[in-house]
Amino acid sequence: MLSYLILLLLILTTVSYYLGRSRSLASVSGRTQDLHSLPSYYGFFTALWCGLPALIVFVFWITFQPTIITHLVVAGMPPEIQGLPEAQLNLAINDLKNVVSGNIVSSNPNPAMLAAAEHYKNLQTISSAALWVTVLALAIGGIAYARRSIAPTLRARNKVEMTIMVFFIASSTIAIFTTIGIVLSVLFESLRFFQKVPVTEFLFGLQWSPQTALRADQAGSSGAFGAVPLFTGTLLISAIAMLVAVPLGLMSALYLSEYAAPKFRAVAKPILEILAGIPTVVYGFFAALTVAPIVRDTGHLLGLNVASESALAAGLVMGIMIIPFVSSLSDDVINAVPQAMRDGSYALGATRSETITRVILPAALPGIVAAILLAASRAIGETMIVVMAAGMAANLTANPLQAVTTVTVQIATLLTGDQEFESAKTLAAFALGLVLFTVTLALNAIALHVVRKYREQYE
Amino acid sequence: MNNSNLTPAAANTTAIVAAGLKHRHAAEKRFKLYGLIAITLGLLSVLLLFVDIISKGYPAFQQTFVKLEIKFDEASLDPTGSRDPQVLASADYSALVKAALRELFPDVAGREERRALYGLISSGASFQLQDMVLKNPALIGTTQSVWVPAAATVDTFIKGGIDRDTTEINRSLKDNQIVWIDKLVASGAVEKQFNKALFTNGDSREPELAGIRGALMGSIYTLLVTMALSFPMGVATALYLEEFAAKNRWSDLIEVNINNLAAVPSIIYGLLGLAVYLQFFGLPRSAPLVGGLVLTLMTLPIIIIASRAALKSVPPSIREAALGMGASKMQMVFHHVLPLAMPGMLTGAIIGMAHALGETAPLLMIGMVAFIVDIPHGILDPATVLPVQIYLWADLPERAFVERTSAAIMVLLAFLITMNAVAVILRRRFERRW
Repeated sequence: MLSYLILLLLILTTVSYYLGRSRSLASVSGRTQDLHSLPSYYGFFTALWCGLPALIVFVFWITFQPTIITHLVVAGMPPEIQGLPEAQLNLAINDLKNVVSGNIVSSNPNPAMLAAAEHYKNLQTISSAALWVTVLALAIGGIAYARRSIAPTLRARNKVEMTIMVFFIASSTIAIFTTIGIVLSVLFESLRFFQKVPVTEFLFGLQWSPQTALRADQAGSSGAFGAVPLFTGTLLISAIAMLVAVPLGLMSALYLSEYAAPKFRAVAKPILEILAGIPTVVYGFFAALTVAPIVRDTGHLLGLNVASESALAAGLVMGIMIIPFVSSLSDDVINAVPQAMRDGSYALGATRSETITRVILPAALPGIVAAILLAASRAIGETMIVVMAAGMAANLTANPLQAVTTVTVQIATLLTGDQEFESAKTLAAFALGLVLFTVTLALNAIALHVVRKYREQYE
Repeated sequence: MNNSNLTPAAANTTAIVAAGLKHRHAAEKRFKLYGLIAITLGLLSVLLLFVDIISKGYPAFQQTFVKLEIKFDEASLDPTGSRDPQVLASADYSALVKAALRELFPDVAGREERRALYGLISSGASFQLQDMVLKNPALIGTTQSVWVPAAATVDTFIKGGIDRDTTEINRSLKDNQIVWIDKLVASGAVEKQFNKALFTNGDSREPELAGIRGALMGSIYTLLVTMALSFPMGVATALYLEEFAAKNRWSDLIEVNINNLAAVPSIIYGLLGLAVYLQFFGLPRSAPLVGGLVLTLMTLPIIIIASRAALKSVPPSIREAALGMGASKMQMVFHHVLPLAMPGMLTGAIIGMAHALGETAPLLMIGMVAFIVDIPHGILDPATVLPVQIYLWADLPERAFVERTSAAIMVLLAFLITMNAVAVILRRRFERRW
């Protein structure tokens, strides 16, 4: 139904372009030089008046319709339902929506519920009819208004360009709004979490078991929210990843830019960069089904006790994923070191490796440090590899052969599937998100700062 | 070496250098070797990844089918002879499969044994027969030989995934089942055919019926939403920042934000989607619309950065020429700058879309992990996407699902490689050096 409305609106807008254009030509009886703007601008002017207000109303209507209807229906329900606490009321509303869409409901619908569902359906029909009427009326009214105001003196181009400019500026503020949205959504839920669990317990507690008891008499679900095991787990896996990625990535970049023949470089560099394009879920699968068993079996051969979801396996694969980040970022800074410095070093009799370690690396160091920091922030925020290959149990250990869990794993598992929004368990995920956001942002800021402050400028 | 005409000091220096030379050359060789080892390990891991996925996944493109002589018995399918589609749809088709199996192995008796026998054939067989009859009711009363899908365990056994020499307890097929399969194979009633179900079915708990069609459609709808929103907005932002905005605090703020968003971990976007789109705006869970909205925010920075680079590469002389001819600034942008920058912008958009196609973590948060059998038909239907389907299947222990997970990964990688190849070709073809 709604897609037909959109289609109709599109057709109307297209038609209105031609209406506006022909109107402008008619108003000067074909002498275009008498018009302020080109005829097509009068067309765009009409089309904007036709499409834009209607579209804005449409989007707002669709966004707020469910909330308003739900409110109206709840207001019409018997007082004993309205009097329910919020959580139960939400359940009742969910049931109601299920009745409306004809799904299976959790309990047998009582007459009040069925009546409310009927009410809901009626309101929906009324609302969608009203939407059709309003949108079409706005579109046609817009055309009428625009056609009436078209005159040779109308500054159509300026108006159209102004509208486009508004769209440009609005688009460019999306980035700001997204940041604000992230900060606010994460911050507010975290604050609610810290009302239930003290900040100090969250940041310094050594126990993490987020299963809170549903009933008072339930056993074994104390609900402890000390996030230190998650932080150490994240650090452990990221450290293993960096131990793999930094030497391999850096040495690859050095080899490719200083030693390799151009042909070899032209082949090897793109192949290495394939690693950056592979989805993380593929790495996760690779880690869980291929690398983890290899690590475990090798450990057994050496007489070590390796968990099947060891931090080592996840870290190794994550390291492979990060190699191209380190290598291509370092490659850029190494290539930015001027050839004259290399030549100077060779002229003094230095070998290539001496030139690299004593001239190129010191000159490129700020860039390389920044690259490593960016790679570290990537490792800390990586989710799928650890969700699939690292464990769920929050062990406080530095042993890479044991299973550890990470911040991202906990966010993902706490928020996957159905959850209630009020419980400390759900809110904890937002608090972890806040930590993650802050840390990655800080790493990026430091990386940027290092580059700005210590970068050598070569002319 | 002839040091006779050097001063004693110089001769001394040369001697020191010569003494250290062997050591230094060895260090040089070692360093070069380290570099070679590093790059080899990197390339090896690419190779290992692909070999591993492909070797695990290629069997999934084939599925074992069993030929059964199905008697479309009128008495059991349509006792009244009305040929009413409703009666035909609700008839018991699994009985036909069972009857055909009993006919093949008449000496199988007892509940336990018979159940083991019926277990050889996939439960999807009865749906296949139902489809056949509904499409062509004239089949009723005839006997047809039909290729029906074998159960996943049989499929794995035929492909060599189950060792017949292990003890009965350690494998998922019983001894008598293996005897029956051997008989079927000997009579030529078992065949491996192309696994069409993988591409036409939605998700299923039965590996032999599970397909990626639903996830693929979900991915396409999600990407359509992402593309429709992020490309215009990304280009608009880039145009504003490059062509119109004055360099001041405001544009600096926008730029800092864009750079930050490019570095925010993807799972944070999932939190944003959950709190803002689902909780605040009350949009439906699991819908491609919400997935698309979340991925839009993620791909925007990529598209903006690529589009700005493309705009920067358009030489200022073109702008000045347009303005000199009396074009307005907006006309200059839309008539001259934008067409020239478009290939670069499209390349950026494709790379951004490839990124969005492979993204999993934020979609877990907004409920796209549900077990959804139906194939979505719009942006509001519950759906899942290809990477999430891979994640879901990777959790399942059956070997047949491991196979299918790898096959799904191969499909996903094929899409990604195609998209990136298109981007590279676009860049090669249309890139202009001024």
